[in-house]
This record gives sequence, structure tokens and C-alpha cells, in this order.
Amino acid sequence: MRATLERSNLLKSLNHVHRVVERRNTIPILSNVLLKAAGSTLTLKATDLDLEVTETVPAEIGRAGGTTVPAHMLYDIVRKLPDGAEVALETSADGQTLIVRSGRSNFALQMLPESDFPDLTTGDFPVRFEVPAAAFKGLIDRTQFAISTEETRYYLNGIYFHTPTAEGRPVLRAVATDGHRLARAQVAAPEGAEAMPGIIVPRKTVGELQKLLDTPDETVTVEVSETKIRVTVGAVVLTSKLIDGTFPDYARVIPQNNDKALKVDRAAFAEAVDRVSTIASERGRAVKLALTSDGRMALTVNNPDSGSATEELDVGYDADPLDIGFNARYLLDIAAQLKTGSALFRLADPGSPTLIQDEGDDDALYVLMPMRV
Amino acid sequence: MLAFCRDCLTPAAIGAVRCRACGSPRLAAHAELDRLSIAHIDCDAFYAAVEKRDDPSLADMPVIIGGGKRGVVSTACYVARIHGVRSAMPMFQALKLCPDAVVIRPNMEKYVAVGRQVRAAMLELTPLVEPLSIDEAFLDLSGTERLHGASPALALARFQQRIERDIGITLSVGLSFNKFLAKIASDLDKPRGFAVIGRGEALAFLAPRPVSTIWGVGKAFEAKLAADGIRTVGQLQGMREGELARRYGSMGFRLARLSRAEDRRPVDPRHEPKSVGAETTFDADLADHTALRPILRRLSEKVSGRLKRAQLAGVTVTLKLKTADFKLRSRARQLPDPTQLADRIFRAAESLLAHETNGTFYRLIGVSISDFADPAIADPDDLVDPGAGKRAKAEKAIDAVREKFGRGAVEHGLTFGTRSSAQTGGRRDEFHDVRDPGTRDGRG
Repeated sequence: MRATLERSNLLKSLNHVHRVVERRNTIPILSNVLLKAAGSTLTLKATDLDLEVTETVPAEIGRAGGTTVPAHMLYDIVRKLPDGAEVALETSADGQTLIVRSGRSNFALQMLPESDFPDLTTGDFPVRFEVPAAAFKGLIDRTQFAISTEETRYYLNGIYFHTPTAEGRPVLRAVATDGHRLARAQVAAPEGAEAMPGIIVPRKTVGELQKLLDTPDETVTVEVSETKIRVTVGAVVLTSKLIDGTFPDYARVIPQNNDKALKVDRAAFAEAVDRVSTIASERGRAVKLALTSDGRMALTVNNPDSGSATEELDVGYDADPLDIGFNARYLLDIAAQLKTGSALFRLADPGSPTLIQDEGDDDALYVLMPMRV
Repeated sequence: MLAFCRDCLTPAAIGAVRCRACGSPRLAAHAELDRLSIAHIDCDAFYAAVEKRDDPSLADMPVIIGGGKRGVVSTACYVARIHGVRSAMPMFQALKLCPDAVVIRPNMEKYVAVGRQVRAAMLELTPLVEPLSIDEAFLDLSGTERLHGASPALALARFQQRIERDIGITLSVGLSFNKFLAKIASDLDKPRGFAVIGRGEALAFLAPRPVSTIWGVGKAFEAKLAADGIRTVGQLQGMREGELARRYGSMGFRLARLSRAEDRRPVDPRHEPKSVGAETTFDADLADHTALRPILRRLSEKVSGRLKRAQLAGVTVTLKLKTADFKLRSRARQLPDPTQLADRIFRAAESLLAHETNGTFYRLIGVSISDFADPAIADPDDLVDPGAGKRAKAEKAIDAVREKFGRGAVEHGLTFGTRSSAQTGGRRDEFHDVRDPGTRDGRG
């Protein structure tokens, strides 16, 4: 194999694919990136057996062929080469090493055979639809923070995508929860998406997708099978296994009859929560919201080790007085997702889940479990 | 007063061999005797001593406290120790060394009650008592001279006599100027010991000792130091702190300071345990998940009971297994929220156990919880698992019933019917609070 290409093109592609490669691997081939030269392109591929990222870049091909070399090492080499340099990749005559040449730099990297490299992409993907990158990224951004890291509940370790009918129209909906909070976001279902079964996309895949979806104007192709999802963004193809599990019936969790409405200025509220939670050094401490019928909210944090903090806020509230506590960090996470000027809370009592939404936006909602205060 | 008789408490002359008043050879003498105030007090063969007190016919017999044929020795009395019996030794081995030994099952309730009496007496000496376990504690007697009308050394000697007279067990005192040396001292003169390490001789005293004298230096680290040619504390004294830190990280600082007898840890009466655990050794090795589960459940309930009583909640659940060939396996999992519930501890430990039940035979299983947090934020309600909330409520209800009618009043289906066989089968259950590595060891 012999391929010559511009350093910046190679670096960009390596940057996309090398992240998939785990730093520690017991299977040597999984530390490697697959390089395949054919026609006028070089294809790079990396996998951790659950997730695979492939990218094709234009290159001048002297001799078609393929090999694999350590991904992080190749990435580090190319990263350190000067900007604007040209990089030549060539397998040595004895077939043992890949020679990386640029200017006066020369590297010889140990290779492992291309034929040993695992392939995840085989199989049919019966469902296929296209969605604007911005919309797809929006679904991920608004729900990703609520993904659980609890290994025992592996079915919560991802975002649940499905296409229910909401108010008479089919929607593509993303849901994530860790048992303390739940995030739900949706967009009008793209053509062809209705046929999609409910799928749970794992956390690592979600993170990679989020980074790939950085060009808002692009259109993304999504293909789904029973066990895998494939997303094509420009020259990058990401294929991932899905979490094999049943996502809980989340609709049950979304409160329908919370009768106490609270309206807050999103920015002022977020700042106040941030300020008082300074006292809460330890993660997991509660902010108490004390609401009075005349539209006042007192936010309080008490930490027996460090002290206490209180701040008052004018809010829209005229129901019965209520004291309710929430995890400060969870409140901040949700406040960061809200887009409009005002946030609407629907509360029931200090022990029941609370619903939080943007004013005038029904496409995203958040549910937060209160804490004892 | 730099020397006194430990039997009649009359002053003695430095260098004297026997007390002029009563003729006893048990003299305490040290050039710094009236200037040292940090003590470590450790009961002598505590469990065995309590049993001997309650049954004087045992007085001259070798007594081993521990469970069953397959258990391990929790405490061996000094007679049994002559035969080479040590704590933590497997029982079959102990009985081989000392076939005439009287083996007594531990009666924890009794030991706890006696331990409390001793603790109460310590608190009359000083409020600064830092308990390390049921039968040992650090005491800081600084500034108590006027209260007792005596130096800390004399007050401690009186205390020692009082415990022997009133409670009927003996203990050993280590007196020095910091915790590290006090702890070493209490071990020097056991039993009924009274050992003093002063500032003057501390460095020379430590120098020839093995590096394992320093708390935190276990077998593995000792081997590492030996590989680097370091075997004695004296060698460490000659090395620069920076160099040790570079080589051994944070342990390096500890090596540097403690080797030079510098230990600034205060005696902290509120010092809290770092983990709470329970473990048991089986009569016959077990490999089967279904056999191990009920035992794990029972241990989880014990740990949870301890957490609830101590007002603690922990984040990290650790499963401990010892294979039939004595290899230790330890597996840990972090919970998303702190817990004090048996149900959550059991579920986490059980999922860890599932990976280990692959045909391997085990002789011991244990579960512990660490990384304590405020119990106020423990066990929050869960959005998607309403069962968790119900189980938590059920557990609290069970606790209330047990509180009122005793431990056997309610039992989990999983452990029901397994307890009696476990008891006749001779299991040994042991609780342990682990504080810091320096204070975790057997009873003297």
C-alpha cells in the first residue's frame, strides 16, 4: 500500500476515528486503525467491537492495499507534524512495518494484518431515514446529561430513540433517565423513521455522535437494524451496537396532574441556584425552594460542614405555599438545557416528581425527583 | 517523678531494680516520664481474658476464641500463644499446634459490654479518647495533671490497676509523644505491659526495626522496599523526604515522617470508621451461586444494621472472597447514591458475585461498604424503579419490627431456614470497622 495525502486531511480523519480506540486493550488489533487505499481515497477505520467509525479521505494512491497500525501513535505522529505538510504512508518491502514519511521525518510502525481487523458493518439495516444534523444533535444535546452510569441498570446507559405519535403527528423522540431525572426531546419524525423499532443507543456512541454532528447544515443518514445503528455524516460512517434491553415505560413517570404552576426567569433562577449551591461542596446536596402564594421563592442550602446560603427570587406562583428540595446539580443541568427566557415548573408535593419545561416549547420536557429536605 | 512502682505506685529511684516499699520489680522509669501524654491502651487477649474471668477453671488452660473447625482464631490466650497459636490462624492449624486448647465461640454481646465498661473508664481519664476497636484506643492526657493530681504516666498506671480490680481483665499501656510510637510501645511489654518511648531515644529505637513497623507498609510494599534495598526504618531516616516522595508517592512522605518519629495526627475522639463490613468462613468450601446468595444476603443485613445504628451511609460496596487455596479476591462497585439499605448492598454485592461464581470454590465471603456520606442524602426515591422505594419502606418496617421483637422476628425469604444450619455448622461471622491501615490488626 502507498498513499500520499495532506496532513490536515489525515489529522481530521484520525481525530474522528482514533477516539473510538480504547487506551487499554487486551486484544492487540483493537488498538490499531485500519488503513485502506483504493481508487483515489484512503479509508480509515477504528473499532472497540461495540462502536466502529469509518472515514474516507481523498488521497493520491500509489499502490492499493491495506494494513493496520497503532491508532493513538499514528494520531500523535500526524498531530506533531508541521501544518501544511504532506504525509506519505507506505508499507515496507518486508511487509512488517508502515513507513510514515513527511519532510525529513521518518517513522516505521509495526503492523498487524488487515485480515485480522474486525468488521461490524455486515448485516441488513432495514430502516433508513434522513434527518438534519442540527435536529439530530438537538435531540442528543437535550437528553444526554440524564444518561445513567449505573452498570447494574445497563438499559439506562444510553438514549432511547423511538417514534411514537404525539398529538396526532409522528415524532422522533429521545429519552434518557438515571432514575433521578428524566429528559425527553422530540422532533417531527422524518420520512421513513416511523418504521424504526425503539432502540437504546449507548453512551459512548452518543458522545461520538455529538462530536461528529458539528456541521448544522448537513443532512445525516440514519440506518437501523434490530441490533445496530449506522449514522452517516458526510464522509464519516459510524456503526454501533445497540443496548440489548428494554427501556422502562417512561410515560408513567411523567406527571400529568401536577396542579401547582411555577414560572421563573430561567437565567436568574440558574444563577441563584449556582450561587447558593456553592455551600453544598458535596455533590448530592439539596437546594430547598420555599414558595409562597405571593410569588416569592427562597432558595436555601444547608451544609452542616460549611454553613448555609439563602437567596430570594420573584417568581410567578400563586398556589398553596410549598417547600420542596432538589439536587442542586440536577437543577443546573436542566436549566442549562432550557432555551427560552422563562422556565415552567409543574409541582405536586415535596415527594412527587416535578415537571420542568421551556415556556412555549412542548418538544422538550424534564422530570426531576425531589429530595427530602 | 521519673520512676514509680506499678504495683504500689510509690515513687522509685531511677535505676532501681525493685520497689523499696513493696519489693515489686515492676517499675516504670523514664527520663521523660512526666512529660509524655499520648497513650495507646490495648486489652490483653481481650476475648479470651473475658472468658477466663467468667470461668476461673479456664485460668491456666489454653483458650482459643473462634468458630468451628473451619473458622479462624479470633483471639488466643497467652497460654495458647506459647504453643504458637496466633489470631487469624485457621482453626485446624491452631488445634494441631495446641490440641488441648479449649475452643470457645465468640460471644460478641458480652465482649461489647465489657469493652464499653473499659471505654467509660477511659473517658474518666480524658475526654480525648479515640477508640480503634472494641478493646483498644488512643488517649491524649495532655493537661490532665491537675485533674488527676498526677502525671499522665501515674494516672495510666492507676487506671491499669483499676481495670484489673474492677473489671477483671488486664491491659497494656504504651506511652509516648505521638500516636505512632504509643501504638508501638503498647505492644512492647505485653501482657500487663507499661512501655515508654521518649523523644530522646525515639530515632535510635526505630532505626533497627523493619520497615513494616510503619503503618501502611504491608507485605507488598515491604517487598518493594526490600527490592530497593530498604529493610530497616534506619535506612529511611537517612533518606530525603523529596527523594522518598519521588519514589513512592504519598507513601514516601509517610515513610519520611514516621521513620523520623514525626506523627502529627491528633487523638480524635470523633474519628470515624472508613468502612463497615461483615464476613464469614464456611464449614465446607462453596462454589454455587445459590448457596452463596443467602449468606451474602445475611451479611448485607448485618452491614446495613451497623450502618443504620452508626448513622452512616456508604457509596462503595466491596465483595470479598477467599478461594479454597487462600487467594483473596476483592471486587468493588460504586453506587449512584449512598445507601444504608441491606437490599441495595445485597444487590450490588450479588451482581459482583455473579462474575465470580464460575466453578471456583470459596472458603470465605464478606461484604463491606465504604466512602461514607451524609445519610440525609442516602437512598433517594427512583423515577423508573418504584420497587426500590417499596423495598426501602419494607426494610424500614422490618427494622422497626426487629427493634421491638428481636432479630429473629422477621426474616427474608432468601435466608429463611439457613441460619440454624449455619450456626450448628460452625460459621464464624466477624464484624470489622476499618479505620486506617495503622490501626487494623489483631487483638493483643
